[in-house]
Amino acid sequence: MNWLALRMLTGDRSKYLSLILSITFATLLMTQQVSIFMGIVTRAASQIVDVRDAELWIMDNKVRYIDEAPYLPSNDLQRVRGVSGVEWAVRFHKSNMTARLPDGNFRNVVVLGVDDATLIGSPRQMVVGDLNDLSLPNAVFIDKAGYEYMWPGEPFQLGREFHINDRRVVLAGVCKASAPFTTLPVMYTRFSEVERFLPASRNLMNYILAKPVAGRDPLQVCRAIEEQSGLMALTQDGFFWRTINYFLGSTGIPINFGITIALGFIVGAAVAGQTFYLFTLENLKQFGALKAMGVTNVRLIGMILLQASVVSAMGYGLGMGMTALFFTFTNRIAPMAGIHLTTIAAAGVGAAVLVIILLTSIFSLRKVLFLEPAVVFRG
Amino acid sequence: MPIPPARTSGNAVVCRQIVKEFGTGDTRTLALRGVDLDVLPGQMTLLVGQSGCGKTTLISIIAGLLNVTSGSLSVLGEDLIKTVGTQLVRFRQKNIGFVFQQYNLLPTLTAVENAAVPLIIAGQPRRQALEAAKEILASVGLANRMHQLPNQLSGGQQQRVAIARALVHEPRLLVCDEPTAALDAQSGQTVMELLRRVALQTDRAVIVVTHDNRVFNFGDRIVHMDDGIVTRVEIPNH
Repeated sequence: MNWLALRMLTGDRSKYLSLILSITFATLLMTQQVSIFMGIVTRAASQIVDVRDAELWIMDNKVRYIDEAPYLPSNDLQRVRGVSGVEWAVRFHKSNMTARLPDGNFRNVVVLGVDDATLIGSPRQMVVGDLNDLSLPNAVFIDKAGYEYMWPGEPFQLGREFHINDRRVVLAGVCKASAPFTTLPVMYTRFSEVERFLPASRNLMNYILAKPVAGRDPLQVCRAIEEQSGLMALTQDGFFWRTINYFLGSTGIPINFGITIALGFIVGAAVAGQTFYLFTLENLKQFGALKAMGVTNVRLIGMILLQASVVSAMGYGLGMGMTALFFTFTNRIAPMAGIHLTTIAAAGVGAAVLVIILLTSIFSLRKVLFLEPAVVFRG
Repeated sequence: MPIPPARTSGNAVVCRQIVKEFGTGDTRTLALRGVDLDVLPGQMTLLVGQSGCGKTTLISIIAGLLNVTSGSLSVLGEDLIKTVGTQLVRFRQKNIGFVFQQYNLLPTLTAVENAAVPLIIAGQPRRQALEAAKEILASVGLANRMHQLPNQLSGGQQQRVAIARALVHEPRLLVCDEPTAALDAQSGQTVMELLRRVALQTDRAVIVVTHDNRVFNFGDRIVHMDDGIVTRVEIPNH
């Protein structure tokens, strides 16, 4: 009977292809949008994930997301270090500054200032150069996408000189870093260099990075820090989600992407459902004949579900393939780097396609199950 | 008067006082008003009458596709009133073959695949079913048309495929609803000859609903119906 169901389906080529294409389109649109959405939203907290070794982030207790943190007095660092359960704590700076190139062009850049002594907070992977070179005078690292943005089309070249906030810096390395939300270049430097860039500011530490003592519950240590310092202490994961939730709750991003994703689902379901229903209607006499010849309702359900499953599986596979191809190409484009097809997106869209199959099948099933076999006798 | 239970007496079909109502209240329609009918094995029984007289309703009931409102019905020795659900479906699958006015072939299957459908429904392996279908198609004169789709066949050829499909699982009762209505005279003649050959087998019975008086000569018994009852039974001279 499976063979029969598939022959009925594939014999009508136009409907068969139409069904597959509608699911493919729906899958492509939904997966692409979900993946881009996840990638963009994740970028909002990418610097949190990129910071090396820091399990705990301590900040002003009104901070909502990573890009908006007031500076803390320097003695807060000592207070945090004095909390039982804190193995070490270092200062960390994050702000936006202006980089001016020798040819006069300028770019806004994200500057991350890491602890001079330990370099905690510096990038995880280098593309060109050595991590220890961050200790060199006036040294800065730039992320790979930022380098391509600042010097488009030019090969990696260390030793380039330019200015940040009118202070001379030397490019000492190119690193891999996650793209920030605004796709600005990300520059790493030592905290002392930040003090050089912003001499007018007395306090430049907007974050304290810390590590709990081995074996201590990080959340417990966070609570202790909060109690003793009055600051907000979050695990890396906690701060990551706090930032993400801010963007989800405070921007139009979820709604706009949500609309597109919903449209993909609705259009896919509508076209697939309508085509499948038409297919069933056109074959109603044949289904009636099959019922008359002794096919039970259970087997008919199996046939229709098999037909719906086959087109959905093929459409889903094609849609996923096209999405993967899309991201393979777009990953070469700097602004899109790092946005890729995620397992969550694939699984979520798979569930959506399953719902489409069920909805698509229900109307057809109703028609066939309640069909009187005697209808075949009515010429 | 109590309705006597249907007795087989070797008859393929025994109907006693079959009544069929459709609808309720103001829309209540009496399609059959107490039909008595016997269909004998080894014969072709024609059911004739004007449109709306109840012929199609009657064969739908005999084929187990419609319930009766009242009456008794025995088909091939089985009390079809008491046989319900999956049991009824299996009985139909095994014992009854259908020939429809509009052929109702699956348009995406070839002639041999269409003919094999009842065997596939019965669970036979596809290869075996196709082999049996080839034989039966050859017996109806379509050996050279096996791999053609229905839209590549003439009306007469399609009906012969439908007959092959109706016979492939060797049913003991063949129910044909206006098998020649959509055919020209020659094709109709060919189809009726085929059905007649089947009807003459002692373990088979054939019921044919028809308007077409060209085929009356093929019947062993002609049952005339009018307004939901059998008015007379004619036995033509062959």
